[in-house]
Amino acid sequence: MSDNEKPRTLTAEEKARQKRRSRAIGLAVAGLVALFYVITIFKMGPAIMNRPL
Amino acid sequence: MSEAGADIRRETLISNADPGDFLALMKPRVMSLVVFTALVGLMIAPGHIHPVIAAVAIFAVAVGAGASGALNMWYDADIDRVMRRTAGRPIPAGRVTAGEAKAFGLILSAMSVMVLGLATNWLAGGLLAFTIFFYVVIYTMWLKRSTAQNIVIGGAAGAFPPMIGWVAVTGSISLEAIILFLIIFLWTPPHFWALALVKNEDYARAGVPMLPVVSGDRTTRTQILLYTIILTPVVLSPYWFGFGGALYLASAVIGSGFMLWWAWDIFAKGDEASDRKACWRMFGGSILFLFALFASLLIERLSPALFQLVSRFAGFGA
Repeated sequence: MSDNEKPRTLTAEEKARQKRRSRAIGLAVAGLVALFYVITIFKMGPAIMNRPL
Repeated sequence: MSEAGADIRRETLISNADPGDFLALMKPRVMSLVVFTALVGLMIAPGHIHPVIAAVAIFAVAVGAGASGALNMWYDADIDRVMRRTAGRPIPAGRVTAGEAKAFGLILSAMSVMVLGLATNWLAGGLLAFTIFFYVVIYTMWLKRSTAQNIVIGGAAGAFPPMIGWVAVTGSISLEAIILFLIIFLWTPPHFWALALVKNEDYARAGVPMLPVVSGDRTTRTQILLYTIILTPVVLSPYWFGFGGALYLASAVIGSGFMLWWAWDIFAKGDEASDRKACWRMFGGSILFLFALFASLLIERLSPALFQLVSRFAGFGA
């Protein structure tokens, strides 16, 4: 590996942005989980309880 | 690999974007009008939809609109770079790479269609998918760069949201949904050509064949007036077909009067300074006009419930 191809250390600003991006992706994924949960509950309504136990 | 090539490769591995840049890719201002018109379509449609499912549907339409915006910015980055109005967008400004924008747009497109389809029905989901396809492939990739009629046909993409809202509730396309579609479809040309007249040099530099660039100022002014005249009976038709009441009629008559006046002003104006003013007035005023029309429909739909609520608080209904 030549010097040019060696990974360089991220600057403080780049690290901060990376952290903010990771946080945003995490929130989006959590939001999506919540969204599918909500759709399931409200689409099925009370029928969600109507299952063999 | 050359030294410069290695530098580029290394740089592109590190994204420089902030979450806010991805939000900017979604064109939030355009999205707000899309959300509002879709909400009105959904609210005035006959039938019942659970408020939570309705909120999910509107959210999906908003994300779908944002996805279209991101894909548009990915494809149009070369044009955006040359135009003063768009040079500050995330891709030309170097904050987001074109690849990031494309991936972001494609993922959001798929998610929004899937969520809308699952939450409401697949006709609504399919319409949203078609709208994204129409805006990105038909308008952005094809029409925008090849014909002066780009925004006339491309305007259909912006006209679909109220129809999607309607279909989300009813599961079918009816006359009312088509009329809502036609209102936005015919509203688009005078709205954008007013902007194109002012930004003529910008579009010409970027090589975008907008009507003023290709056919000249005079033709554009005539076309603005003609489209505004054609728009008027369509705007009044919800009243004739019974889904717009007195408030809607008042908004439609007053608003159309203003639109015709502004269009005539643009048609008749001679000197450049007052001409720019007339164009900006049409551009901004037409947004207000569309907002007023759809707000009237929404208020009329909500008014019985609002009246009940006010009565209860005021003690009339006790």
